[in-house]
Amino acid sequence: MGCIESLKYEIILKGASFAECRQYVRTNCREYVDVPPGYRIFEKPVIGVPPISIGLDGDVVTFPYTKPCYGTFLMRIECSDEAARLRSGKR
Amino acid sequence: MTASKEQKKAVLVLGCPQVPVQTSLAIYLAYALRKKGVATVIAGNRAARQQVEVSDPERSYIGEMVDLDRFISELADGARKYDYYFVFIHNDSGVSYAATVQALSGKPVVAVIYGEHFQEMADAITFPSEKVAAKAVHNPLPLKNKIDEVLPWVVSNL
Repeated sequence: MGCIESLKYEIILKGASFAECRQYVRTNCREYVDVPPGYRIFEKPVIGVPPISIGLDGDVVTFPYTKPCYGTFLMRIECSDEAARLRSGKR
Repeated sequence: MTASKEQKKAVLVLGCPQVPVQTSLAIYLAYALRKKGVATVIAGNRAARQQVEVSDPERSYIGEMVDLDRFISELADGARKYDYYFVFIHNDSGVSYAATVQALSGKPVVAVIYGEHFQEMADAITFPSEKVAAKAVHNPLPLKNKIDEVLPWVVSNL
């Protein structure tokens, strides 16, 4: 798995708060799993205030991606391996 | 003969350097901790680190610097541990980073909160922490004075 920048991604929310991202995932994604901060998604530790909700729609993974200067982006990437790993609860 | 005590280490996690007081307070905190015998590591993105490096070119006060993403990865992998975790916060991202550092380290963080929305940020922190907060944007003194008040307690109790 490459770094997030090299994958084909879609940005759903830009400059959002961690609470807005959690709310969006819980309201709009077919399934979601809660992960602790530091859980690796696409090999990168996820940043956020727990519980961090990750959305799953088939093979599409919706997750927050935080940068110090730009706030939190809510991103969507299609990846069957990552979706399966999240469903299995594997670290 | 007694063995010398191992030197304690603090990490100062910087946020986006868009609020002017961050750099001066980070350097001041590194200085104040050093005076108390605590070594410091500064973690930040490139811009935040360069603000600090340019302000203290001979590294009279600052010590090791690490990239923010690398710091988080090392913490997540358990590769590095510190005695004290200070996180600079002036926006929602800062709160997210502080929560992450707290969860990964399992220790309370010292949340250094400043900027226009300092009260809102302080209220958003519900995880184990010591909050040091003031409406400091351009003038670092209100927060510097609070750091002076709490630092002796932090160093002896956390």
